[in-house]
Amino acid sequence: MATTAETAPSDKAATGVVRVRVPERGLRQDLRAVKIVLHRELIRFWRDKLRMVSGLIQPVLWLLVMGTGLSNLMASGGGVAGTVDLKTFIFPGVCAMSVMFTAMFSAGSIVWDREFGFLREMLVAPVSRSAIVVGKCIGGALVATLQGAVIVLLAGLAGVPYDPLLLLEMLGLMFIGAFALTGFGVMMAARITSMQSFFGLMQMAMMPMMFLSGALYPLGGLPAWLTVLTRFNPLTYAVDPLRHAVFSHLDVSPQLMATFDPGVTWGGWVVPVWLEVVIVFGMGVGLMGVAILEFRRAD
Amino acid sequence: MPDGGPAVEVDGLTKRFGDVEAVRGIEFAVRPGEIFGFLGPNGAGKSTTINMLCTLLRPTGGRARVAGHDVVAERDGVRRNIGLVFQDPTLDGYLSGEQNLRFHAELYGVPRSLTGDRIRQVLEMVGLWDRRGDRVQTYSGGMKRRLEIARGLLHSPRVLFLDEPTVGLDPQTRASIWEYIRRLQHAEEITIFMTTHYMDEAEFCERIAIMDSGRIVALDTPEALKAGVGEDRIRIQTADDEAAIAAIGDRFGLEAVVSEGAVTFSVASGEAFVPRLFAELGVPIRSVNVARPSLDDVFMSFTGSTIRDAEASAGDRMRVMMRAARR
Repeated sequence: MATTAETAPSDKAATGVVRVRVPERGLRQDLRAVKIVLHRELIRFWRDKLRMVSGLIQPVLWLLVMGTGLSNLMASGGGVAGTVDLKTFIFPGVCAMSVMFTAMFSAGSIVWDREFGFLREMLVAPVSRSAIVVGKCIGGALVATLQGAVIVLLAGLAGVPYDPLLLLEMLGLMFIGAFALTGFGVMMAARITSMQSFFGLMQMAMMPMMFLSGALYPLGGLPAWLTVLTRFNPLTYAVDPLRHAVFSHLDVSPQLMATFDPGVTWGGWVVPVWLEVVIVFGMGVGLMGVAILEFRRAD
Repeated sequence: MPDGGPAVEVDGLTKRFGDVEAVRGIEFAVRPGEIFGFLGPNGAGKSTTINMLCTLLRPTGGRARVAGHDVVAERDGVRRNIGLVFQDPTLDGYLSGEQNLRFHAELYGVPRSLTGDRIRQVLEMVGLWDRRGDRVQTYSGGMKRRLEIARGLLHSPRVLFLDEPTVGLDPQTRASIWEYIRRLQHAEEITIFMTTHYMDEAEFCERIAIMDSGRIVALDTPEALKAGVGEDRIRIQTADDEAAIAAIGDRFGLEAVVSEGAVTFSVASGEAFVPRLFAELGVPIRSVNVARPSLDDVFMSFTGSTIRDAEASAGDRMRVMMRAARR
């Protein structure tokens, strides 16, 4: 070699170089990749305290301001069979909404990674595309669930009992919902290359989804057109099990139950909670599958 | 990788983005352990070539093998054996330096028993061990680049690709990056493939390929390329110019003249000649100045324009390609 004469005096590293052999790609490798991609999401969430706090503001506004303000309206209407506090009613909906927003943000981190180049670091690694996408989806869902856990702690403000079983049930349901939404976001992120258009699009998709989900009003007795729209909204099936979980832990008359927790009906048939959960989870897996295909194709 | 085979072997490699032909059938081979440079203006097709060699872009035509693996058919084989430092930073600023490396180690499947030692080793090599716990956001540009180099080395690749490793850095930092590159070539027995559009940096490479408008127009050692253009010019100030001119003619068989108050003559490799000049001239020398034909001259002679002019005219072409290559 021509330049060895100019080489800096070799340091001790030259004598004891730790040599690494990168193993052949396999399932074990891919699992490690899933784990580290997921781990990174958690580290970033943990470090970004501002995001955690700002994620709290919206739900608190809904619960305390809207909930309190509008319950005056309801109380004046009165009720024969007692009342359900509006805050209690919208609590599961608020949980679902905040999880949804956090999940979208997590999915948006793929766009962020692309813009800041980090996606390239992942794409040139000898791991499968699916490992990266699965890691992102589960990581995003976990982060959203953690954010949801903070909201769940506000249960007392909404008159929802602190029952450990209820809280666990809610967290589980939130995870599944968040998983589906992250899958949706990651699928979109595979094609969208700028943060602005990603968040613009997400806003566009999320507002109607939120309003048509039954997060803020009961799904029974709606006009036909609205009923049909809500039944086609995936978020409906994520909110209803949450509400059901909350109401089954409340002490309310069957009459109120029928008004405020009527369940989702398909032409008169009440969709069971397990099926709702399966629908949401299945959608999550399907969307994630599409996302994997899109990242493979871009290869 | 078969021992003794070329580290990088390229045959008829072509890349087209729509109507723009960014790389037009190039051909070269890089020897194991070599520092090989791609020199050319922005938009010449250097980054496109690197992206194809790194499996990030699929070639339109031709073949390329890196570390013995085909870049299309055996992408994972290539990916396992290469390290990359991109032109734009690809670090996660929210993570610490060490966390960035740990992420990389997990992604590449570095055995856990080795990860800690290896991370320490590469961080010490680039002088960032003390800052390992700090968020990358707080690093300077030079530190980030050093961290990327450390990361590119973490999995002991056979070939390290550096795409404009010093672009946007101040001269002092550039010099220190080069120091690291040469040191690690020595310590890691690694092949280094880099692109640059700085002439002075191309000098550090053992061989360089000059690329212009998607083609390789010249490929040789920097010395040979410059020698092909012309000889070095040496200017000395002496106590006695007449005697010096006579001595240069007698001892070295060279013809010298007095120009602008200095004895001036031309010789093939000036720097190597200076010690002999001092030892054998016999006339006291007060100062010496060696002016070499620069790689600028070389570039000019092969492409008919300076690298800066070439960059200006390649600007439009490059914008088209960057849009197409963005992903």
